[in-house]
Amino acid sequence: MNAAPKSIRFSHRHLLGIEGLSRDEILGLLDLAETYIAEDAAPARRRDILSGKTVINLFFESSTRTRTSFELAGKRLGADVVNMPVEASAIKKGETLIDTAMTLNAMRPHVLVVRHSDSGAVKLLSEKVECAVINAGDGSHEHPTQALLDALAIRRRRGSLEGLRVAICGDVLHSRVARSNTLLLNTMGAQVRLIAPPTLLPPAAERLGVDIFHDMDEGLEDCDIVMMLRLQTERMHGAFVPSSEEYYHFYGLTERKLAAAKPDALIMHPGPMNRGVEIASAVADDIERSLIHQQVEMGVAVRMACLDLLARPPAEKRRPMSPAR
Amino acid sequence: MTPAPRIAYVNARLLDPASGLDGPGALLTEGAAVADLGPRLFADGVPDGVREVDCAGHCLAPGLVDMRVHLPRLDENFSDGRAAAAGGVTTMVCLPNMSPVIDTAATVEFVRRRAGRVGAINLLPYGALTKGLAGERLAELGLLAEAGAVAFTDGIRALADAAMMRRALAYASRFDRLVVQHPEEPRLAADGAMNEGELATRLGLVGIPAAAEVILLERDLRLVALTGARYHAAHLSTAAAVDAMRRAKAQGLPVSCDTAPPYFTLNENEVGEYRTFAKLSPPLRGETDRAAIVDGLADGTIDAIASDHTPRHPDSKRLPFAQAASGIVGLETLLPLALGLHHKDRLSLLDLVATLTSRPADLLGLAAGRLAPGAPADLVLFDPGAAWVVDTDAFHSRAKNAPYDGLPVQGRVLRTVVAGTPVFPFDR
Repeated sequence: MNAAPKSIRFSHRHLLGIEGLSRDEILGLLDLAETYIAEDAAPARRRDILSGKTVINLFFESSTRTRTSFELAGKRLGADVVNMPVEASAIKKGETLIDTAMTLNAMRPHVLVVRHSDSGAVKLLSEKVECAVINAGDGSHEHPTQALLDALAIRRRRGSLEGLRVAICGDVLHSRVARSNTLLLNTMGAQVRLIAPPTLLPPAAERLGVDIFHDMDEGLEDCDIVMMLRLQTERMHGAFVPSSEEYYHFYGLTERKLAAAKPDALIMHPGPMNRGVEIASAVADDIERSLIHQQVEMGVAVRMACLDLLARPPAEKRRPMSPAR
Repeated sequence: MTPAPRIAYVNARLLDPASGLDGPGALLTEGAAVADLGPRLFADGVPDGVREVDCAGHCLAPGLVDMRVHLPRLDENFSDGRAAAAGGVTTMVCLPNMSPVIDTAATVEFVRRRAGRVGAINLLPYGALTKGLAGERLAELGLLAEAGAVAFTDGIRALADAAMMRRALAYASRFDRLVVQHPEEPRLAADGAMNEGELATRLGLVGIPAAAEVILLERDLRLVALTGARYHAAHLSTAAAVDAMRRAKAQGLPVSCDTAPPYFTLNENEVGEYRTFAKLSPPLRGETDRAAIVDGLADGTIDAIASDHTPRHPDSKRLPFAQAASGIVGLETLLPLALGLHHKDRLSLLDLVATLTSRPADLLGLAAGRLAPGAPADLVLFDPGAAWVVDTDAFHSRAKNAPYDGLPVQGRVLRTVVAGTPVFPFDR
């Protein structure tokens, strides 16, 4: 019954970001996640790997998709999953992040899944607890499980990430998804391009090991993968771009712009999508080319792998995959 | 009335940047003032009735004049006063962003009265440049000056409105008081938590571009040219600002500037993985900027070194980086960190001591900062070569927020004297 590779080299107590993960660690996580895809498709088969273990979802920033994905992942592995929405907790009453960490720590969970609107907040919290912490998104910093699920979705269609030309388009400035994906894709040997108006690129973006483009036609040329990013409504009315109409005109992914990419280029979006702002419905709903639904599916499998791995005792995490490697 | 106590400091290396004196000698204090000094003084022994302090060849200099400290409040057990004494600082000038804000003659008087009660160190207040530091209406500069405000500044807030700054400069010049600016274009710095660049981008933090400093500085320099008023830019942190200041001085504008030890000892890499003790305003910059600050000190473009001492409660630092408070405590590391510039042969000992004593004193029009008959007997005796390791837990300041823990430094304060009275070491 237990098909999961029990031994995998993973020398971290927490999963705070893609930064610091080696190629082998990423591959190990993807391989482990792969074994859960079948489980995922047949939810009746509950595993008991995490039975008796507690996973707390601590979301300081509202999220339905990621939280639900972690919740499902935990439950499919037999864990007790508790959701702690901030609205209902003491945070609103002035409790500090560290107080919250200490309080939850005293409840002895095995894994804390944390999302916070401040970059670095999840790391800060991880320093104050004894359990494993998974970063479910911190500010504009990292969102490692999103990058892992994107990698898994790509790998299942293309076999490998190596040598692929990947365009990440849109609001890179505010995007933790873009940062984590850039780090992961670079580690795995893909070529990353960032395509965005200059106001939505972070300073010194060219130092991230990427090629920068401001023009979709140029940037998408010969790309294997096109990852679109969400543009928040509050940023599209003059603050960073003049209007959603103008943004769509220059940066919205339409069939016409997509023609510059390879004929079999795949389209991705972390969701939720703004149709008609960053992506045309015809492109998003193209069953042949859009990976958007697979991304959601891979999300549960990747999060099962992360929960499984991080809930293991340290010795098991450190055992090498095989003596030959 | 008993005669004023007389103390002879013999066997010293006298350092007086104001007169260019650097040599062996002795110094006599009588009461609160320096009575005499020189290489031949007490050559035939110290007369009866004069207490003798053997300096054992160590440096005897004017007590440090720290032109920029943040003291949120002056409470009863004022640990920052002890920190100053331990750091060899005999005069410190506090920013007006206190509770209450120092923007009226009454609050100036309150601070001066309170200062006399809470410690032995000379504590002088800046007056606010604008009411409530809000940048909208001039504070009562004349009345503030009469009450004892040594200069005007909105402290940690930049005066951003150009018309307001022009009027503030013009009006302050009537009272011959310096206007001190926090040179940072506030809109460019908005929401910023650290220096803009690759590291901020990797950490997902909003950056403050280095240009935010020089943009406001260059605007101010034009306003100085327009008004002829004296202007001082606080805590320079960028190469571009040092260049602008160098050019302005070459043009003969009445301008000056200071920096603080973090800006010539550390760079943005200190932030590492969200270390809030390395969060300052202005932020720590890149290595090129840090090196340019050293050059600015070495060639005299930067007039003074201030501690920028900013005590923070631990809770205000144990937060996500963007939410954490800015600032580090600096009184107890001011001298050794500055001495590093001398040990690395960038400044002569006398020039270095000048940035900590006579030059800030001259900018603020203070009698302190020099060794001369009649000058205040505010002194520091230090061993410039003594090596030690910074232990922030051992700071006398109640606040320990400094990124220097474990840093090896050279230069130790042996004795601090204010108005003729020893205030450090404490166990006397």
